[in-house]
Amino acid sequence: MSHHLVVRVVSKLLIPYILLFGLYVQFHGDFGPGGGFQAGVIFASAFILYALVHGLNNARKVLPDHWVRIGVALGLIIYAGTGVISLFLGRNFLDYDVLSQNPVSGQHLGIFAVEFGVGLTVASVMVAIFFAFAGRGHKIDEMEG
Amino acid sequence: MMSHLPALQVVVPLLSAPICVLLGRGRFAYGFTLAISWVAFVISGLLLQAVVQGGAISYQLGGWAPPWGIELRVDLVNAYVLLIVSAIGALVMTYAKPSVDREIGAEQEYLFYTGYLLCLAGLLGVTITGDAFNIFVFFEVSSLASYMLISLGPNRRALTASFNYLIFGTIGATFFLIGVGLLYQMTGTLNIADLAERVAPLTGTRTVQAAFVFMVVGLALKAALFPLHAWLPNSYAYAPSVVTIFLAATATKVSIYVLIRTIFTIFGVEFSFGTMSLGPLLFILAIAAMLLGSTVAIFQDDIKRMLAWSSVAQIGYMVLGLAFATVNGVAGGILHLFNHALIKAALFMAMGCVFYRMGSVRIEAMAGIGKRMPWTTAAFVAGGLALIGVPLTTGFVSKWYLLLASVESGMWWIALFILISSLLAIIYVWRVVEAAYFMPSPDGAPEGEAPLLMLIPTWVLIIANVYFGMDTRVSVGVAVDAAKALLGGGS
Repeated sequence: MSHHLVVRVVSKLLIPYILLFGLYVQFHGDFGPGGGFQAGVIFASAFILYALVHGLNNARKVLPDHWVRIGVALGLIIYAGTGVISLFLGRNFLDYDVLSQNPVSGQHLGIFAVEFGVGLTVASVMVAIFFAFAGRGHKIDEMEG
Repeated sequence: MMSHLPALQVVVPLLSAPICVLLGRGRFAYGFTLAISWVAFVISGLLLQAVVQGGAISYQLGGWAPPWGIELRVDLVNAYVLLIVSAIGALVMTYAKPSVDREIGAEQEYLFYTGYLLCLAGLLGVTITGDAFNIFVFFEVSSLASYMLISLGPNRRALTASFNYLIFGTIGATFFLIGVGLLYQMTGTLNIADLAERVAPLTGTRTVQAAFVFMVVGLALKAALFPLHAWLPNSYAYAPSVVTIFLAATATKVSIYVLIRTIFTIFGVEFSFGTMSLGPLLFILAIAAMLLGSTVAIFQDDIKRMLAWSSVAQIGYMVLGLAFATVNGVAGGILHLFNHALIKAALFMAMGCVFYRMGSVRIEAMAGIGKRMPWTTAAFVAGGLALIGVPLTTGFVSKWYLLLASVESGMWWIALFILISSLLAIIYVWRVVEAAYFMPSPDGAPEGEAPLLMLIPTWVLIIANVYFGMDTRVSVGVAVDAAKALLGGGS
């Protein structure tokens, strides 16, 4: 897609804002609409846009496959790990009350960590699915001719 | 930590799955998965012991009290199922290494173990949870993992088999979810114990009746009850040996368990068998499954496929037990859940050994195998005898209880169908025995036994089959108590 100058420039301008918006939806999710699932998809869409415009190979240089795989696993570990921490602190699995001084901020912290895990896994899975589909058969660059 | 056992039962395998991905290629993934499988087995053993001694255990996830929060609830029925699933899981993993090395590429092995851990976590989750929506979620966890595991099969047809299973499995899960949604609409609760109380006065409404139909049909699909069994034979035939062993012994059993929960705990005997007259329907489908499954099994040339069809028949036995809705009947059904898991796991393990050496499990590959792989073949014969239901094996015990139930209910003619189906089982087991012992080995056939690591778990299961066929105190005792609890309404 090297001849589409406008698309390339605009996408370069947009990508940082998409990432930022993803982070906003992620971390503002406990005050307003949003949360890990939506944020993960938005965050991943920035990488997918990059892959569409600059080619799959360049996108894979930015985000190598093994990092994607680690992201998928790490998100789940963060989620379940948060639950296990409350186990070790003597409460039931996923009981966030004990994570901080008072129960309310404990719950806040717990949801924060869990949603971050969700966001990480969702973003990584979206990228992984896109790479997997785009990676077989025709390369994206070739399809554009 | 003892009070957290219910959570750990699911969390340990679930958390191990992503760790397994991080471990990556190399030897660690297998050792890690093996260790986790045995840990899960120990936890379920401790849980069963605790339940037998102290009654049902309730665990509140996140400290939110039921019926608002999600509750993990272990009583006699599901402690028993948990033990079956995790025991088979531990034995299958002990067996897995050589078979997986042979059938699955080194590149994909760690992903295979991850999938296995997710599947185990899902099945244990379905069994342990006291929340109807949670059942659906864990069903999806285990099913998605098993679609992936099946598609890793050595034959390319594994892909279509897996895709078929995906379609059927998703329809089944969706039907179940629609039922749960309708119940939620009527009662405003998802907790199973709470549902049971709130559904009772509403049984006259169409919505609850529709919910019942959706849930039973969805679960029958998941459990591969005739005529909704179409996904099963190909999935089992083309999956890697280890996956077939694990799924055949656990996945359909867990679905039957949820069916039991739905019929007896949520809706209650009076509604299920009175208002909705589920009894005759289950009798017809169960008997059709027994006869058709066994008959089709006779004509299969692929032995894994033959055993898969035999599974369709065996699921018929389990559902037959439920259809009686008497203590002996339901106990027979639950007992067959346990016994069939032991029998089928042993038989599929023997087939895994054959595949390891021969690279095929077709009937031609069995020719003369009795001389070349005596231990494997002997294991298959012993497992086959248990499948037929010869006295002193597990198969006999569960069929005995089904016979008792049929005589007790004055439906002695059902005993006739049990007998016919068992005779058909003799025929299909005999075909393998004939090929193995009475046909000459082809020239240049591979010699030698399967590795000890595979033979020992196979024989452990065979010995368990004989042991539980003679000493029935534990298996029958728990099954009868569980059946009484289910029919008594509540735990």
